[in-house]
Amino acid sequence: MSLPAIAITKLVKRFGDSTVLQDIDLEIPEGKVSCLIGPSGSGKSTLLRCLAFLEESTSGMITINGEALGFFETPNGKRERLPDTQIRAVRAKTGMVFQQFNLWPHMTALGNVSEALKTVHKLPKRQAEERAMAQLRKVGLENRANHYPSQLSGGQQQRVAIARALALEPKIMLFDEPTSALDPELTGEVLNVMRDLAAEGMTMVVVTHEIGFAATVANQISFLDHGRLLFSGPPSEIFAKPRHPRLDQFLDTYLDRGASMLA
Amino acid sequence: MTLKLFTLLLQAAISTVAISLISIAVGFAIAILISAAMISKKPIYVFPARLFVSFFRGVPLLVQLLLIYTLLPVIGLNVPSIVAAIVGMSLCTAAYQAENLRGGFESVPRGLIEAAEVTGLNPRQTFFRIRVPIALRLTFPALINEAIMILKSSSLVSVVGIIELTKMAQDLASSTYLPIPIFATAGLIYLVINSAVALIGRFAERSLGGAST
Repeated sequence: MSLPAIAITKLVKRFGDSTVLQDIDLEIPEGKVSCLIGPSGSGKSTLLRCLAFLEESTSGMITINGEALGFFETPNGKRERLPDTQIRAVRAKTGMVFQQFNLWPHMTALGNVSEALKTVHKLPKRQAEERAMAQLRKVGLENRANHYPSQLSGGQQQRVAIARALALEPKIMLFDEPTSALDPELTGEVLNVMRDLAAEGMTMVVVTHEIGFAATVANQISFLDHGRLLFSGPPSEIFAKPRHPRLDQFLDTYLDRGASMLA
Repeated sequence: MTLKLFTLLLQAAISTVAISLISIAVGFAIAILISAAMISKKPIYVFPARLFVSFFRGVPLLVQLLLIYTLLPVIGLNVPSIVAAIVGMSLCTAAYQAENLRGGFESVPRGLIEAAEVTGLNPRQTFFRIRVPIALRLTFPALINEAIMILKSSSLVSVVGIIELTKMAQDLASSTYLPIPIFATAGLIYLVINSAVALIGRFAERSLGGAST
């Protein structure tokens, strides 16, 4: 049994008085696709944002490839914040794709993808752009390299956002509802890029409402409800009948979202 | 209204444009720092920045100019009046531009900053590579507005003894007894300058068009 790509132990996240995540324990296997599903407000996006360290957990621990992210907990329960340089090093193992794409509007597609290569990794402009171009080619947008985000469709913008994350050669890709802001006819191109990525063996954690995608591509599906991880397992197992009643209820609301095959 | 009078007005207009442009540029640099301080959320930066803005926005530019002009020699800085004028105008426009920029910084969508964070940009890189250029695009029309305001306000620097367009027009009017053609010409020159600024602004805005949010 190899080391999991991500190990989450007893993770708690509170915003003020409300507990958004309660004692989450989850291991995400290396080289596999793991989908987080659940109704809105269930905490799945917050969990993903904790993995990207965009949210700081209240207690508990996350390790990425065995290295603690952000905080370190000693066995007697003491919690220490790790130094910023270390946090940055561990974060660099992950790439993040947002629901709203979040491309920088003042840069072209190529500029978006090459930015961190230039400013963070200090690659010379030419080299950075060559690497960026290779990523754009991978997502099929080589011929849109000089377009600004406002000149691209939503699906194209999201593919650029994926290329931007991939350019930094992460070990793990985090996707936060990557198709939720897209028109239905544009989701396919993004899901296809993600399928290709999965086929290459990239470790992926995907918060999604695309139950069809989850059922066909995921190796592991985790169902969250009210901040708790209700269950987690391979799709064949969790979708097999009899199902958890909460999942059944949830799937009912998604029958028109490509989940009809599971009904 | 002779060619000679017109030439004198144009020469004075060059002072107007020069003083204004320098003040806008210097004021902009100061405004970046002030607005960065205002959005820093650290009271030790926020408080002085707010104080700066409220003073230079709240006191008439005319009073500021007179104050700076009389204050500088007292604190041992014997600078030509043109420097006092530029200092006064720069500080004043900095206050207005800082408020514009603060609004711009606050309108940069949070997600764009998060995207910078997850791609490894440190806070300083995020500020200069992402926040400033986007805030600038958002506040560009306000910046052009401010440039036009400053061009017009520059007529006030005559109180510290600088001969710019308005002062020259006044002097010429009283020595030639031709106030109406002279003031009308001066007004026209302001109008042409400001229309040019507005035009350049619109052109620049359009060339940034592909980059709008």
